[in-house]
Amino acid sequence: MEPILEVRDLHVRFATPRGEVHAVRGVGFGVGREKVGIVGESGSGKSMTGRAILRITPRGCRTSAARIALGAENLLAASERRMREIRGRRVSMILQDPRFSLNPVMRVGDQVAESYLVHHRASKREARERALDMFSQVRIREPRRVYDLYPHEVSGGMGQRIMIAMMLIPEPAILIADEPTSALDVTVRTQVLAILDDLVTRRGLGLLFISHDLNLVSTFCDRVLVMYAGRIVEECLAADLENARHPYTRGLLESMPRLDAPRERLPVLKRDPAWLE
Amino acid sequence: MQRAWFAWLRLLRNPLAATGLAIVVALVAVAIFAPWIAPQDPFAQDLAQRLRPPSTAHWFGTDQVGRDLFSRVVHGSRITLFIVALVAVIVAPLGLAIGTIAGYAGGMVDTALMRLTDIFLAFPGLILALAFVAALGPGLVNAVIAIALTQWPGFARLARAETLVIRSSDYIAASRIQGASAARIVLRHVVPMCMPSVIVRTSLSMAGVILTAAGLGFLGLGAQPPSPEWGAMLSSGRRFLIDYWWMPTFPGLAIMSVSLAFNLLGDGLRDALDPRSE
Amino acid sequence: MSFLAVRDLRVAFGGPDDRNMAVDGVSFSIAEGEAYGLVGESGCGKSTILRAISGLNAAWHGDIVLEGTALDARRTLAQYRRTQMVFQDPYASLHPRHTVDAILSEPLAIHGLDDAHGRVDRALDQVGLGREFRFRYPHQLSGGQRQRIAIARAMILEPRLVLLDEPTSALGVSIQSEVLNVLTDLRRANGLTYLLVSHDLGVVAHMCERVGVMRQGRLVLETDAAAIRAGAVTDPYTRRFIDASAGYDRAMALRWDALEEEGAG
Repeated sequence: MEPILEVRDLHVRFATPRGEVHAVRGVGFGVGREKVGIVGESGSGKSMTGRAILRITPRGCRTSAARIALGAENLLAASERRMREIRGRRVSMILQDPRFSLNPVMRVGDQVAESYLVHHRASKREARERALDMFSQVRIREPRRVYDLYPHEVSGGMGQRIMIAMMLIPEPAILIADEPTSALDVTVRTQVLAILDDLVTRRGLGLLFISHDLNLVSTFCDRVLVMYAGRIVEECLAADLENARHPYTRGLLESMPRLDAPRERLPVLKRDPAWLE
Repeated sequence: MQRAWFAWLRLLRNPLAATGLAIVVALVAVAIFAPWIAPQDPFAQDLAQRLRPPSTAHWFGTDQVGRDLFSRVVHGSRITLFIVALVAVIVAPLGLAIGTIAGYAGGMVDTALMRLTDIFLAFPGLILALAFVAALGPGLVNAVIAIALTQWPGFARLARAETLVIRSSDYIAASRIQGASAARIVLRHVVPMCMPSVIVRTSLSMAGVILTAAGLGFLGLGAQPPSPEWGAMLSSGRRFLIDYWWMPTFPGLAIMSVSLAFNLLGDGLRDALDPRSE
Repeated sequence: MSFLAVRDLRVAFGGPDDRNMAVDGVSFSIAEGEAYGLVGESGCGKSTILRAISGLNAAWHGDIVLEGTALDARRTLAQYRRTQMVFQDPYASLHPRHTVDAILSEPLAIHGLDDAHGRVDRALDQVGLGREFRFRYPHQLSGGQRQRIAIARAMILEPRLVLLDEPTSALGVSIQSEVLNVLTDLRRANGLTYLLVSHDLGVVAHMCERVGVMRQGRLVLETDAAAIRAGAVTDPYTRRFIDASAGYDRAMALRWDALEEEGAG
């Protein structure tokens, strides 16, 4: 598959009072019109990878890579100004808790309409129509009622739908979703994922789905990258994750409590320093 | 301990805070060694040497009765330090106790204590201090009591706000279901968490305390002449400002640099003690 | 006779105008030595039940009977000792300025127990931490180590009933298995009774023999973990919860949407 986003040999380092931390150590992958999952525990560098692509790492981080390309465009050479355009238009990002990403004193509908106005020449009326249209696309049942709500008045699942609507307005080629459903209840999670699923299938969007939940990634994504200590230790089709070969992936899979296989004690993951080599 | 050491290093790395700390340390040193530093008796009058400008014999000049101003400013540091230390010792524990009790107990206790602090906070500090001194009579100790009475409400407010946050945390809940008494929770869990902000607040308030003390001295309500209190010296030098500029200038500079130092130190401590900076 | 019996428990939040029943008439009972799991989505009232049983929240109605004694809103020291709790977030449940030693010694001081030194050492052993952890501060420990300290603090009073409030949801998968094993071992060694609250069906089914499913302040289903594992439940909400917990399934999402359209139309 022709990759829309290509990353090769990505490194992220940041300085702490106790010395430099090498958070991402030579990560490479491509994302086509598919759902690619990056899975790993906290501190594995999975979020840093997503942020480094968009150049939104926290201050003090140094990013280097052999290649970060979006289609034919080399993002490593892009100016800061060009990156701002890319961040809005070509690559969108969805974060864990929508309530932190929305402006608390502005009606949610107006926020979505405004993001349309930023990217298109249009009247306010048109923008409003477009926002309402987006709301129905992310299956908000009463778009007109929701349009006038403030962020604190919407539930987590609704908030995440609104965020997705906002991110989709500029019709990006790639969506980076960092733990988009971790703050949601499982039954709501399924519905939010279905929306993302449809977008990839119908619009031909590429989705980079960052999560700590192996089970979720293996059932939702097409391909899975398993990160450990800043490296990709395993790469496979999501359906094959059950048969993963790397001891780290195997250890993670086995340490999960499973409904179908009750055990008295859970196997504990033993970390091998050799994995870092 | 390691935490305190890191805070200390952070404090020293901040040049303004280090300057503030240096001045405060200098104040303490000067106050301790005043009799050895001062070249003359601060009360010794020498009418032949009156109103002399700064010179090698009298670094800060002399006043209208020929007392050496440098010696007086040096001895004045003892009075300033006395005021600052006494106010801090009274105000910080008092405010902390009232604030944490109000915050932890809540309900009627909280309402009663907070309305009391509101009453004190409703008056400007200097005016309130003036009223107390007027009632208690002028004098250094009364000035200290008056200043302390105006300062504690700020500490109580601060401690209460912190306590409200701490009270709802899980480690307090864990103590409660172990059966810990309210007194134990306040003393062992809440107070240590309030300490950093109380320390910062103490340092920042001391600037105001010095100014209020100087203000009371200036108005003749604090330390009484011939005591070399800086505010009183400033007041008696005021009449000579045009022709004998050094008389009010040096006590004024002393007041300014010490209160500035406490402000700088307080700001630096706030940054150094902030757990988020780790 | 059951070890813990909760009858018609009701907890309301909010004032008289916007009264919200967080727990609305919940009854269940737990036998001695049993592990009972309360599972449900956020805001279903499961944690509120724990806070009422632990004595943290005094504003509840109904009956809570522990070993034949009805508990009041106010507890005696002995009652506190019998029921201990492990909290969700190990970063918030340990006092940041107390050492491990101070954290573990404090309950001993409150209850006037002797041999503090030996008890602290044994408590650390029980949760698989060495004695070298005694004089560390919480910020020097990892999330999993902190949660072990929190477990040791609950266990040091030798309680009979341990309330577990999402004890692993703040931890990663590999750390979760270690902490769950510690809890399993402690229960077996000391014959403890557990009341576990979680949103994770996998964790509840792994730890508990019986499970109560909660929704909007009510217990909608009580069953054993085996029935959950076998998928032998008919309650539609529970069914949905089990399916969603298994992972993403496009057909399932479409089916729900169709159901909701019907419901709305």
